[in-house]
Amino acid sequence: MDCQLDIFFLEAVVNGLLLAGLLALLALGLNLIFGVIDVVWICYAELVMVGMYGINYAYKGGMPFLVAALFGIVLVAIAGALLHFLVIRPVLETPPINQLLVTGGVLFLLQAAATMAFGIEFKNLGIRLGSLNIIDMSFSWSRILAFLFALAGMLALWLFLSRTFIGTAIRAISQDRQIMPLMGVDSRKLYLVTSAIGGGLAGLAAALMVLQYDIYPQIGLQFGPLIFMICVLGGLGNMIGGFVAAFIISQFIAVGSSCFHTEWGYAVAFLFFMVAIFIRPQGLFGSRT
Amino acid sequence: MTGLRLKPATIIGLLAVAALPLVVRYFLPASEKYYLHLLIQILLWSFIYTGWSLMGRFGLTSLGHGAFTGIGAYATVMLWNFAGITPWIGIPVAVALATVVGVLVGYPCFRFRIAGHYFALLTLALTEFVRLCIVGLRDFTGGSLGTQPRRYGDGISLYALQFEPDRMLAYYIAFGLWVLGLYVWLRVDGSMDRYALDAASQDEDAAASVGINVTRERLKITALSSAMCALGGAIFAQYQMYIGPDTIAGLGLSLNIVFAAIAGGIWVLLGPTVGAVFTQVLAETLRVVIQGSATLKGMFGSSALALDQLIYGLLLVLFIIYMPNGILGTTMAWWRRRAAARAATGRAGN
Amino acid sequence: MLELKGIDAGYAGFQALFGVSMRVDAGEAVAVIGSNGAGKTTLLRVVSGLLAPTAGTMTMQGTDLIATPPHKVIETGIAHVPESRRLFPRLSVEDNLRMGAFIPAARAKFHQRLEYVYALFPRLKERRTQLAGTMSGGEQQMCAIARALMSEPKLVLLDEPSMGLAPVIVSQVFDLVRRIRNDGYTVLIVEQNVRQVLKVVDRAYLLEVGRMKASGRAEELAASDEIRKAYMGL
Repeated sequence: MDCQLDIFFLEAVVNGLLLAGLLALLALGLNLIFGVIDVVWICYAELVMVGMYGINYAYKGGMPFLVAALFGIVLVAIAGALLHFLVIRPVLETPPINQLLVTGGVLFLLQAAATMAFGIEFKNLGIRLGSLNIIDMSFSWSRILAFLFALAGMLALWLFLSRTFIGTAIRAISQDRQIMPLMGVDSRKLYLVTSAIGGGLAGLAAALMVLQYDIYPQIGLQFGPLIFMICVLGGLGNMIGGFVAAFIISQFIAVGSSCFHTEWGYAVAFLFFMVAIFIRPQGLFGSRT
Repeated sequence: MTGLRLKPATIIGLLAVAALPLVVRYFLPASEKYYLHLLIQILLWSFIYTGWSLMGRFGLTSLGHGAFTGIGAYATVMLWNFAGITPWIGIPVAVALATVVGVLVGYPCFRFRIAGHYFALLTLALTEFVRLCIVGLRDFTGGSLGTQPRRYGDGISLYALQFEPDRMLAYYIAFGLWVLGLYVWLRVDGSMDRYALDAASQDEDAAASVGINVTRERLKITALSSAMCALGGAIFAQYQMYIGPDTIAGLGLSLNIVFAAIAGGIWVLLGPTVGAVFTQVLAETLRVVIQGSATLKGMFGSSALALDQLIYGLLLVLFIIYMPNGILGTTMAWWRRRAAARAATGRAGN
Repeated sequence: MLELKGIDAGYAGFQALFGVSMRVDAGEAVAVIGSNGAGKTTLLRVVSGLLAPTAGTMTMQGTDLIATPPHKVIETGIAHVPESRRLFPRLSVEDNLRMGAFIPAARAKFHQRLEYVYALFPRLKERRTQLAGTMSGGEQQMCAIARALMSEPKLVLLDEPSMGLAPVIVSQVFDLVRRIRNDGYTVLIVEQNVRQVLKVVDRAYLLEVGRMKASGRAEELAASDEIRKAYMGL
């Protein structure tokens, strides 16, 4: 346990910031879907896993990385739309908790399918980007790029939501579902589009994660709970809240991990989360409804 | 004091389940250990699923019960391994600890009327927190590899509550636990609290307006439910003589509990039991099929074992879409409809 | 333009409209008056497709509205200003107007339509970036009407535009109705404020507990003793 305010502490803080970008991107996809469709995809992290495998095989099959990444984004976007069409739509009119649980079934399904198709071995693209060294601190380029691309992805989504008709409808629908037909909006189509966008964000996250992490079928269980925690802390469906919460949580993880052992970084983050929820159960930025 | 009258059918049913090991011994002597193991697993999980369904049936969909089973198992084993405290004391302590945790997490949720998705995700975070603590305390818990309770003598001991080598004994312990679970379920089902909780799950404001203390009622059922799951987890550890963060705690287990209970049916007494039979038999059958099939093994190697999870996941999706009342719930509803139809045609005939 | 024949409609276990027939011609302003619970809102919900009728026929310029999915009704030229305005409270005024122009035909003319409604309601232009939920009731009603006009409709349905507004504002709202009339829109308006509404429309129908009880020119109805007693408190 060596927790001093030295250069390594600063390194941990910066690494926390870099991690936050990725987590914010992941939380954004989930919040978008919840905001529009009122559904939590428990299998969200497993969709990221699907994207990671897709990119892995596309890259190893000879595609340049950028093409493989694009392939991954499209793949997960389609997966998201399919998930909505095949699994969510049939239970949309049933108690909300069924919608959450049904995606839990998909979680098992995807994990098992990945195990059978790809085996339990850890897979890696084998791309080494090196790292940026400043004084005694070292930051891997893969993390820096992930941070920048995550921010770019979020910016692109923000532009889409604020500048286009469909984006405006996506922001509007959670405010008044019943009158959407009066605007000429087909909610069913809008749900499908949103699911595809949410999937696309998961695909982008997958493309950024394959550069940093090994791929294995259970990887979703590693960071899935983290994403849910961030979303709840920021207020489910609140995209800005999720963004801020990602930065708070990732600082706990990064600093906690550098002071103690890695799991303790996560455990401290979860502990903070539960204390925060005890004080503000609707999330830091949520409004209770 | 029970207020429960045992019907002849109930007594026959209980006796039949009690006599199952003798049936196994008589007809399947060669693989007695294997079948008893299967039955013990079914009964232990039934108890845990029944414990979960106490909350689940009132709309409190917890994904945190993996935390309670984990606390029950780990606290008991840690106290025994490192402090030499007998499980006879360790288990009550572990159960009390899990109950306190359940109430602590439940209180803000119920107080501020957090339900549905929020409640599920909050309790999911609890599960993950407990798993991380287990892994983080690896010097004691063995981290992600898990650990074993220290064996006492030849493996059968009243003092250390170790009974695993004697499957018959283990069976009747599991049987006792299962009966206890059903008894608790019936007591809850017959209590006034049940009406209060039912009302609250349908309309919280209306329930509160007729003087129901929704928070207190929900805390009571949460305490009961978490205590049962902790007890189940502890006994499971004593039987398996192994505990690992993914076998007795963690998100995967939480989801398994929820799904098995839903697959069986959470609104009927034996629903969770049917869920346990269904999931355990499914997993075992698939395991046997895979091990007997050279094709499957050739195609997928050791990953073929994931096939049961694959089918399991698929069935869960189908269950929730097409059979949200579970196997037993749906069957019973069908049976009642048929009986009613018959009675109607009978009357028409007269 | 719009024609309803023998419409029955209702909610689970409760019928709200019984064989309602009515007609709105191009260029007209028509009111449906009646007391609270007479089925006026239900009638408009049926026309705009929010509620499917259980019997009857309904056409808009020859298009069968019953066979039209709810989100396609607006493309036949019907824009509905719903009861209590139903703006998107956490969207800006301009985003609300953008929602009004969601259909493909209107999207292409978005900027043109925007200029048109801003010219019609200059107040909205001042408030274009304000969140709709933070405006006063009268301004919200203005915004709701403007939102409906964004789709370049032929027929505007107005559901109780005066409801919940202060008396001073109510007369302003009826001025708005007069303005859009003069701009050439056909208007079907549902109101409890019988006295005021009869001053701005050409014809009116009287709906009582789900049935059409009377119809006629606005002046005739306003002069009828029965209506004056029952609905105008005279």
